[in-house]
Amino acid sequence: MKTMTYNYKRVYVWEFAVRFFHWLTVLSLIVLIVTGFIIANPPSLNLNVEAAKSYWFGYVRLIHFTFAYILIANLLFRIYWAFAGNQFANWRNFIPYTKKHWQNIFYVLKVDIFLQKDKEHKVENISIGHNALAAFSYLIMTLFFLLQVATGLALKADTSDWWFPKMFHWVIPLFGGDIATRYVHHILTWLFMAFVVIHVYLVLYHDYIEARGEASAMISGFKFVRAERIKQNIRSFVNKVKKQMKDGNIKGNIENDPE
Amino acid sequence: MKNELQNEETFYESIIRKGYSRRSFLKFATYMAAFMGLENSMVGQLVKTMETKKRIPVIWEHFQECTGCSESFIKSDHPLVADVILDTISLDYTDTLMAAAGHQSEAAKQASMKANYGKYILIVEGAIPTKNDGVYCTIAGRTALEIIKESAEGAAAIITFGSCSSWGGVQAAYPNPTGSVPVDAIIKDKPIIKVPGCPPISEVMTGVVLYYAMFGRIPDLDDEGRPKQFYGKRVHDSCYRRPYFDAGLYAESFDSEEAKKGYCLYKLGCRGPVTYNACGTVGWNGGLGFPIKSGHPCIGCSENKFWDNGPFYKRLENIPGMGIEATADEIGKIVLGAAAGGAAVHAIAANIFKKKEIDENREMGKINEQNLNE
Ligand code: SF4
Repeated sequence: MKTMTYNYKRVYVWEFAVRFFHWLTVLSLIVLIVTGFIIANPPSLNLNVEAAKSYWFGYVRLIHFTFAYILIANLLFRIYWAFAGNQFANWRNFIPYTKKHWQNIFYVLKVDIFLQKDKEHKVENISIGHNALAAFSYLIMTLFFLLQVATGLALKADTSDWWFPKMFHWVIPLFGGDIATRYVHHILTWLFMAFVVIHVYLVLYHDYIEARGEASAMISGFKFVRAERIKQNIRSFVNKVKKQMKDGNIKGNIENDPE
Repeated sequence: MKNELQNEETFYESIIRKGYSRRSFLKFATYMAAFMGLENSMVGQLVKTMETKKRIPVIWEHFQECTGCSESFIKSDHPLVADVILDTISLDYTDTLMAAAGHQSEAAKQASMKANYGKYILIVEGAIPTKNDGVYCTIAGRTALEIIKESAEGAAAIITFGSCSSWGGVQAAYPNPTGSVPVDAIIKDKPIIKVPGCPPISEVMTGVVLYYAMFGRIPDLDDEGRPKQFYGKRVHDSCYRRPYFDAGLYAESFDSEEAKKGYCLYKLGCRGPVTYNACGTVGWNGGLGFPIKSGHPCIGCSENKFWDNGPFYKRLENIPGMGIEATADEIGKIVLGAAAGGAAVHAIAANIFKKKEIDENREMGKINEQNLNE
């Protein structure tokens, strides 16, 4: 009997670098949010010690600053990867500058956000990497990240000897003082938490409705894509792979010739 | 006439004329060098400048203010400091302290501004209302708005004493009924040295005036126009309770055991971590103390909009400028709750609206399950 579901092929969507970036962001975000809230309103443990013998709050701040720098380095790396990585990691995904982007944004709004019927059933409408709306939301989140980084470093600038945080000192007069700058930093934290909730929910939603490995893709890197979307005539590609194997560049063998 | 004659004197001559010895003059120079944040090696230069430099005329305007800055100013610790400021720099006009009154005092100001055009320092205390053509503050029948424009015209530099003339202060707090603004919102073409504080520390005020008087140039300013030597550090970074802060030892109420032990006041709303001032280093009342030393958290009086960032005994809670009592965290919780609630509603709706697709997937998957190869 013929299989009853569509035929799906495995496509390598998220490269290791992208997955690494993703999970490192998750880790630093959790650490930064937790330490951030402790700094904003520390619990009075008031352990029965002399001040000279304890430094826990100092360490909390140290962890906060350390992970802030990890997050920044990670972000810079991801910006580099937007130029070096594969087509799904490319910066072009994130900026809706073509008609196609906007068509996809409206498609996703209609079908996935407002849950309308997809009458056309065009496979091209199903995105392989990010859909255009999600990608655009990541661009906006990146801008908020940069604002969070700028306000954080600006608050750090005066007690730092390093030129890097000092570079951001201009942010303070921009907001009209430390107090206002700190507010922005604090409120953005809530925004990131709200984003995480929506982001995780939508991943689960797609995984549930489409059942093609949306969630596990960020672990394995693979997503399942309808067979019709892969070029049928892949003879030339197979030959290329075979030649590479002969030259010893790739290990493995092709037993089931895909054609 | 008397004024003009005195203006010809050097600082040194006027000090000696007052009967001070050279020894106390030298002591004073050392003292002032420390106030101005100068290095020890600069004392010699300071002495030389005072011996040769002519005194500098000062006009001191008072607008929307409580006169607390003047009050702080005349409480300078060293007797010579008050002398220097009140006599030596030739304070030609300050309606609070001058002997003349009424028309006389206004005439003296006009005469001095004319005679010293382009040379005098203008000190401003208090904010300037702008609503309804500035009628909310008038002196001698003229609005503060008019007066500031006129006196700034011939000033070599402007020093704004206090948070009102530097930031707007209490009258500019929400909802700012008189449309009060700080000096730099009106005067754009003069160097302005901001000396904020409610009030500023007297030694800081004198230090800034003397710096200009001695060196003829404005001190190094930070991005917001405050002299770096006094406003370069947060209160928190020079606070003697800082070890308690880092150790996580906090007082949670004023009557607690912890407060008695001198624990950090962070949780009582201390604004030290966001306030730039010299309280922790210069101190108040001749270095005797400062609020935190007396067990009271810093209220951030030298920071922009500090009145709007209340309540004072809570850690930066209310969103400033919203006019309602809404804490950042309350709003954050609403946003987060809306996101979670939205997701839940969407999940239920998705199960209803996408039922066909979900069922189809499941059915096809089930058939495949029945047809697995052994
Ligand atoms: S009392 Fe205020 S300024 Fe001093 S360490 Fe605590 S928070 Fe900082």
